[in-house]
Amino acid sequence: MTRDLVVQFLAQGAQMTFVLLVAPLAVGVVRKVKALLMRRQGPPLVQAYRDLAKLLRKESVIAGSASWLFRTAPYLIFALTWVAAALVPSFASGLMFNWAADVVALVALLGAARALLALAGMDVGTSFGGIGSSREMMIATLAEPAMMLIVLTLAIAAGTTRLAGVADYFIAEPFAVRVSLALSLISLIIVALAENARIPVDNPVTHLELTMVHEAMVLEYSGRHLALIEAASHLKLVLYISLLVCLFAPFGMAPATAGVGGWAIGLAAWTAKLLFCAALLGVWEVSIAKMRVFRLPDFVGIAFVFGFLAILLAFLTRGVFE
Amino acid sequence: MPELQVLGVALGALAAVALVATSARGLALALVYPVSALAALAIGVVDLRVLLGDGLLTATLPIGLPSVGLHLRLDTLSAFFGIVVNGGILAASIYGMGLDRVREMTPRVEPLFPLFCAAMNLVLIADDAYAFLFCWELMSLTSWALVVARHTDPESRRAAHLYLVMAAIGTAALLFAFGGLAGPAGGYAFDTMRGHPPAPLVAALILTAALVGCGSKGGLIPLHAWLPLAHPAAPSHVSALMSGVMTKVAIYGFVRIAFDLLGPPTWWWALPPIVLGAITAVLGLLYAVIDRDLKRVLAYSTIENVGVIFVALGLALAFRANGRDDSAVVAMAAALLHVLNHSWFKSLLFLGAGAVLHATGRRDLDGLGGLIHRMPRTAIFFLVGALAISALPPLNGFVSEWLLFQAVLAAPELPQAALHFASPAIGAMLALAAALAAACFVRVYGTAFLGRPRSPEAATAHDVPLVQQIAMGGLALLCILGGLLGSVLAGALAPLLQTMFGGAMAPPGFGPTYFSLIAFDPDRSIYDAPIIALFVTIASLTTLVVVHRLSERRTRRGPAWDCGFPDPSPTTQYTASSFAQPLRRVYGAVTFSARETVDMPPPGDQRPARFSVVLIDHLWRAFYAAPGRAVIGLSSWLNILQFLTIRRYLVLMFAALVILLSIAAVTT
Repeated sequence: MTRDLVVQFLAQGAQMTFVLLVAPLAVGVVRKVKALLMRRQGPPLVQAYRDLAKLLRKESVIAGSASWLFRTAPYLIFALTWVAAALVPSFASGLMFNWAADVVALVALLGAARALLALAGMDVGTSFGGIGSSREMMIATLAEPAMMLIVLTLAIAAGTTRLAGVADYFIAEPFAVRVSLALSLISLIIVALAENARIPVDNPVTHLELTMVHEAMVLEYSGRHLALIEAASHLKLVLYISLLVCLFAPFGMAPATAGVGGWAIGLAAWTAKLLFCAALLGVWEVSIAKMRVFRLPDFVGIAFVFGFLAILLAFLTRGVFE
Repeated sequence: MPELQVLGVALGALAAVALVATSARGLALALVYPVSALAALAIGVVDLRVLLGDGLLTATLPIGLPSVGLHLRLDTLSAFFGIVVNGGILAASIYGMGLDRVREMTPRVEPLFPLFCAAMNLVLIADDAYAFLFCWELMSLTSWALVVARHTDPESRRAAHLYLVMAAIGTAALLFAFGGLAGPAGGYAFDTMRGHPPAPLVAALILTAALVGCGSKGGLIPLHAWLPLAHPAAPSHVSALMSGVMTKVAIYGFVRIAFDLLGPPTWWWALPPIVLGAITAVLGLLYAVIDRDLKRVLAYSTIENVGVIFVALGLALAFRANGRDDSAVVAMAAALLHVLNHSWFKSLLFLGAGAVLHATGRRDLDGLGGLIHRMPRTAIFFLVGALAISALPPLNGFVSEWLLFQAVLAAPELPQAALHFASPAIGAMLALAAALAAACFVRVYGTAFLGRPRSPEAATAHDVPLVQQIAMGGLALLCILGGLLGSVLAGALAPLLQTMFGGAMAPPGFGPTYFSLIAFDPDRSIYDAPIIALFVTIASLTTLVVVHRLSERRTRRGPAWDCGFPDPSPTTQYTASSFAQPLRRVYGAVTFSARETVDMPPPGDQRPARFSVVLIDHLWRAFYAAPGRAVIGLSSWLNILQFLTIRRYLVLMFAALVILLSIAAVTT
């Protein structure tokens, strides 16, 4: 019993460490694929790690008008995103603390991280920080309800709001093709693009301030604070990819009762899926242009409408078959 | 029974201190708040004992209506709302103790404050229709008088006027509701009403009347228009009571009628509260997110929260009507916990707004800024309130939000097609409201407390007296504890839920840890706030230690970067209006027919460029302006009757007599 607990605890710790370590690699893959498709050499795969190390070595320059909130927020944002990423089943479904937060709490944890980031963006009192926060919250008012509708749809399908339960359900019935799930998938992809500040919603490599959203909020950060914010956004990318593959391509994931062997297979499968999705994201980003800010409501609104249709269908089918 | 005596003494003390404060001047005014705080504490303890001890206090006094008497009853439902009310009163009274006796206390406010508190407590323990309506009206009138306290301000007068009209309409509707409940026999005691559930059609009329009566006091759209005017017009600690507590008394009225007096529900009773509640939740926030007045934003957000509570109550009605008592328990727990949580964070935010108003003399968000430096403690407390009301974990707003989503998820069980179609839409609207709330409060906090000061007043602000900080700090602590110990609070509701539905939430200790909050059963839904908070704390502390070990620790202060062109003028910052612009474009184009016009002079022309926004409040036009015009038109048309000759009056009287006689002849 105690040994079991220790193993479970270590597995949970391993997941937390592993998502943290692999996150910059995923970002590196996206950048490399984009560069290759543009016939450029591109930065090496480990560039994201080097960037973080560089930022950690630099001193932090903080604006005179910044308050304690500005300095505290990066730590909290990083911790919230990290915990959220650790809650999403990656290589195994029933890890020790998966039960502590369900899908609704997961969405809310990410919401808390975003609210803190938006507040930090307004703390210094510059026009660009405000522009970023304001646009980020506008996008969030569309993306977050869509996300909530998606997770509620999945919860209705699985009969539980526990992430592990939802994952177990999809491991058991991976090929149950349903309209509501297909709509959820499209919706979740759009939300993931919006939440991770990806093209066409936002451009992570933009240098034109007026089109920035996420980058405008973090413009005043430097040194270790910027490193934490960057690491948090890497983690968020991994979190959304994990969520997508855990729900829609769960093959290989170890069930709750699997031992170390099952976990090893799950880990390999998850890493492969993660890097594949990162590569797909790279392909997607070079094949589409960024949208104007005020076209975004239409794009993210699609996610909301699809999410609504999905939950409507889920409600109706539940009612018919019971 | 010592409880009854305590209750009586506390209410008597409130009345006595009110009387003393009207007759005397000076020191007597300062006496009001300590006495109110003690009375609220005493009544709160009695309420807590009744709620947890499953007790029931009743008394009949030989005053009131002849042959009915005055019935008083303190059951678990009243006790729960009593705790909500007295918690708010306690915080507002402690805050009031910090008011300046010479400059901030007036005989127009202080004598009415304890009366208002007593009236709210009396509504909760009234057990017959006469006592209920009398105390309800006392509550309306005292709060009206508090709104009109600054009567020299035309805005205040307008707000008070509208409030008086809406309060009168609400009370009239409740009068009809109780008339229907009493039936032709006229049994005005609540006990008699419980014994005789009305016929279905009458029940529908009673429910409508109750929705109008309680909805107008709580701010259910379209009966909301008075609330964003009247709540901010009162002194801030009274605003906290009106918004945080009085709206809960309105919800108590609805719960008392719909769940207790009206008998077993029919499924379609659920539709009006659910639909109106959801519309209220979303529209309330859309108003809040574009408004520029700090206190008015808070008032609009109260409307939103009342909408959320009505949605939860509607779901509870729907589940109960279908015999799904386990789901009804979750929905009702969501409603009641949201009542409690909202009373805490809304009181906190209004007290914080009061502190800002006291320190700067301003309520307009575009004139504030940078208060986190000048009022550090208030800023922390307000931040807790803002994050709690945005339903962010691990604070208390999220607990009730989480339970509400669990209740929505149980809605596929309901067999009726209308509820089937409505529920996903409700889920979507609640999710939208939650996201909008976060945007709204990031905007409020970001413009008022963060950034650089936008006015000299904001630049020279100072924090409020210690007592007021204690009031806000206590509420902030409750918001944090309520978030972590949601399962304990849900467990404390057990006696109440047991009497209402014969079931209760899973008690603490039922899940993997003692503090796991469980909806339905542990395999279905768990939320464990302490574990998450612990994880986040460990993660951030580890990060802090590791980063400080690994990284360069030097920190330098410099000018803001701002892409290389930092402008020292604070006017270059984003304001509340500019923050709202994207939201206004996305949501306002439909809701408010928002139109932006830019007048850019051609090159060479020296006149300034102009930017203007036109918003149209369609709800005001349709539900207030149009009926108002109709009433005025009708009355000016009827005005001819005032200036007739005596011959014509005689003819009219003769005609009336003939008509009445012929009606009498036909009907007999």
